[in-house]
Amino acid sequence: MFKNTGCLSSIEYSSLMPDEDRLNEGPVAIIECPEHIPCNPCQQACPRGAIQPFQKITDLPVIQFDLCNGCGNCISVCPGLAIYVIEKNYTPDTSLMKIPYEMLPIPEKNDICDILSREGSVIGRGRVERVQKYAFNPKGRVVWVEIPKKLYKEARNVRMVKE
Amino acid sequence: MKQNCDVLIVGAGPAGLCAASVFVNTNVQVVVIERDPFLGGQLLKQTHMFFGSKEQYAGTRGFAISDILKESVLQAKNIHIFTETVAAGYYPEDGFMLAIEQDQTLHRIGFKKVIVATGASEKALIFENNDLPGIFGAGAVQTLMNMYGVAPGKEVIMVGSGNIGLIVSYQLLQAGISVKCIIEAAPVIGGYFVHAAKIRRLQIPIYTQTTIRKAIGTDSLEGVEIVSLDEKWQSIPGTERIESCDTLCLAVGLCPMSELLSQMQCETKYVPELGGSVAIRNHRMQCTNKDVYIAGDVAGIEEASSAMLEGYIAGVSIAEDLQIATPKHLVLRENSVEFLKAMRSGPIGEKICSGLKKVEESHV
Repeated sequence: MFKNTGCLSSIEYSSLMPDEDRLNEGPVAIIECPEHIPCNPCQQACPRGAIQPFQKITDLPVIQFDLCNGCGNCISVCPGLAIYVIEKNYTPDTSLMKIPYEMLPIPEKNDICDILSREGSVIGRGRVERVQKYAFNPKGRVVWVEIPKKLYKEARNVRMVKE
Repeated sequence: MKQNCDVLIVGAGPAGLCAASVFVNTNVQVVVIERDPFLGGQLLKQTHMFFGSKEQYAGTRGFAISDILKESVLQAKNIHIFTETVAAGYYPEDGFMLAIEQDQTLHRIGFKKVIVATGASEKALIFENNDLPGIFGAGAVQTLMNMYGVAPGKEVIMVGSGNIGLIVSYQLLQAGISVKCIIEAAPVIGGYFVHAAKIRRLQIPIYTQTTIRKAIGTDSLEGVEIVSLDEKWQSIPGTERIESCDTLCLAVGLCPMSELLSQMQCETKYVPELGGSVAIRNHRMQCTNKDVYIAGDVAGIEEASSAMLEGYIAGVSIAEDLQIATPKHLVLRENSVEFLKAMRSGPIGEKICSGLKKVEESHV
C-alpha cells in the first residue's frame, strides 16, 4: 500500500495509466495523486478541459485521456509534483518523459541522466531533450527526457550524471 | 511607551497578515507585533508550492505568498507594525498588552479587540543524549537552510514522516545535503503521499514502525541507534542498529502557543487532534473572552492555507464588532468559511474536524 511505502505499486500505477491504444497515439499526462488532499490547480491549468471539474476540492483528479494532448501545463502547476507526461512512441526505440524538476544545477539539452524508478532505483540512462520554464512557476522546470522505450512505465524520475 | 489602538494583532504570519489585511482602507487603528525581524512567519521558509485552490495561492511557493500578503498591509497608514517585538504578557487590571521591542523599549498597548495569531512551537522527543550538537528541530533546519543559506550538516536522518518531515527532507536534498533515511514510529507515512513519493523516487528510504533509542557522539552527533517497533509500539529486541549521521532533524509535530490566551482568561482545552491546548471558540473565531480572537496554528495545528482563511474570518468578525464591516468583508468571511469547510472535507481533514468539534461552541 502506498501509504506504508510512499511508492505506488505496479498495479496501482498501471491503473492510473491510459490503455495501450492511447499511449501509442501520442503524448499524454498521467496523474499520480491517489489521496483526497485539498488541491485543484491542475484542473484549472488544463487548456483543453481534460481534467474533469471537481465537485469538492478534495476530489481526486480524473483525466480524460482522449482530450489530453500532453502539453504539460498541469505538470508545472502541480504542487505535489504528481503529474508527468509520457510519449511512448517518440522514436522507434525511445519514449519521451516530461517530468517536473526542482534540483540544481538546471539541466541542459543533451545532458545525460540516470533514470530512476518510483523507488529511486537506477533503471537506465536517458538524455535531456529540452528544459521548459513556465512563467507561472519561475523556480521550477519541466524536463523532457528521452528514455529507452522499454522503461516508459517504470521511469518516474532522473538524476543528472556528473561529468 | 504607551499607546492605544482599536485592534492588536499578535503575530505576523499568514493568519496575522490576512487578519490585518481586512483593515486596509478603513480608519481602524491596527497594531501588529511580530517577534521576528521580518513578516510572513513560517511562510518565508517554505520553498515548495502550496496546495489548496487558487484563492489560497495554490501552486505558488510559500515565500512568494508572504510577499503578496505583506504588500497591502505594509502600505496601509492605519496599520502600525512592530517587528522584533515580543508580546510579553497581558495585564488585566489596566487592560494592556506589554510588548518588548528588541532594543528593550517597552510598549504598553491598549486595545479594544485582539487577534492572537502566535502560531506554534515545535515538539521535542525524549531520548538519551538528545542535547548533542547536531540535533535540530525541523523548523531550525529550515531557518538555517532556507533563510540564511547555512547547511545544518552533511548527512541527515529525519525523524517523523508528517508533511514537515517530508518537505524538509526534500529541501535538504535540493540544497545538496545527503538525507540518509526518514524514520517514522507509526505504521503508515503521516504526510501527503505526493510528498513521500518525491522523496522515495530520489532513493531515500522511509522506515515506518521505527524509532530512535539514543544519539551517539562525544562532542557532537556521530550517529543514532534506531529500533523497530511492533504493532503495540514496543521495541522489538534484536532490531537495534546504528546509523551514522552528523545531523538529526526532529519533525515530530507542533504545539499551539496558547499562553497569552490563558492569561486573557480564555477558556482552553487540551485537544490532541489539534496539537495541544487550544482556546474554545465560536464560528467567528471568537474566544470565551469576547474581546479575544484566534487564527492560525494557535487555534489548532493545520496548514498555512487554513491559517490565512481563519485570519480573514477573525478580521472580518472584529470589523463587524466595530461596526465597520462592508458587504465585501462579509462576502470574504462567507467564502473563507466555505473554503475551510471544503479543505477539511476529505479523509485528511477528519482528524481536524473531530478535534474542532471539541472546542467549537455554538453558544459562546
